[in-house]
Amino acid sequence: MVPVTWYMALSAAVFAIGVFGFVTRRNVIIMFMSVELMLNAVNINLVAMSHYLEDIRGQIMVFFIKAVAAAEAAIGLAIIIALFRNKPTAHIDEIKEMGG
Amino acid sequence: MLVELFFFYFAAAVIGLSLMVITRKNPVHSVLWMLLLFFHIAGLYLMLNAEMMAAIQLIVYAGAILVLFLFVVLLLDLKKEIGEEQYVGVWPTGVAVAVALFTLLLIMTRSFVAGPHGNITIERVRELSHPGVVGRAMFTEYLFPFEVASLVLLVAVIGAIILAKKRIKE
Repeated sequence: MVPVTWYMALSAAVFAIGVFGFVTRRNVIIMFMSVELMLNAVNINLVAMSHYLEDIRGQIMVFFIKAVAAAEAAIGLAIIIALFRNKPTAHIDEIKEMGG
Repeated sequence: MLVELFFFYFAAAVIGLSLMVITRKNPVHSVLWMLLLFFHIAGLYLMLNAEMMAAIQLIVYAGAILVLFLFVVLLLDLKKEIGEEQYVGVWPTGVAVAVALFTLLLIMTRSFVAGPHGNITIERVRELSHPGVVGRAMFTEYLFPFEVASLVLLVAVIGAIILAKKRIKE
């Protein structure tokens, strides 16, 4: 029997990798994929908890996270396309029109 | 013993593949590594007796979201960017932040105390099948959030079309 803390450690590792990718990559698409990675880390944690606590609510939560992730991917990629049309680059540090 | 072996295989694969996803220079390679990553995460869900979650992982993530990513990567012309530096200048700070976060979360898992158990035991899942158990909870207790989720998807569809379509000149 695999203890639940192992799943939590795995989830923490994937989440940290996602954070690393999000803050260090310059390509906006890879940054977006890092966000998906973090969402997946949370999903692993929720399914593991749901299994070990013998409760289905964690998996219902995962279902809704997946629905929101799909919506977020559609909107985010549309924003990337709109951005690319105004300035043909995928590098995030060349987009500085708002003075950020 | 065999279960631990499987867990270690999937854990090692998931961590290695996540690293591959965020370190590749070419976004197409990243997307393809991520496809493999999602298959391994689905394997982890199967180990946790969540068959329906594994199926949704493959259908929604691997089947829909990754294809969307691939379409956008192909739509944008990224030939110039591939030759350039892929990390920001302050990437050691990013490494420090990620390692600190991981250590913090790892310390927190040690003080984990399990809450009260629910009534969905493995025997009940076997009796009703996993989609049956999920569906029963979803369409009774969580019916309203389910309807709200459909509204979220509708807003996303409309928003994506409005954001991505060409401006029509007056």
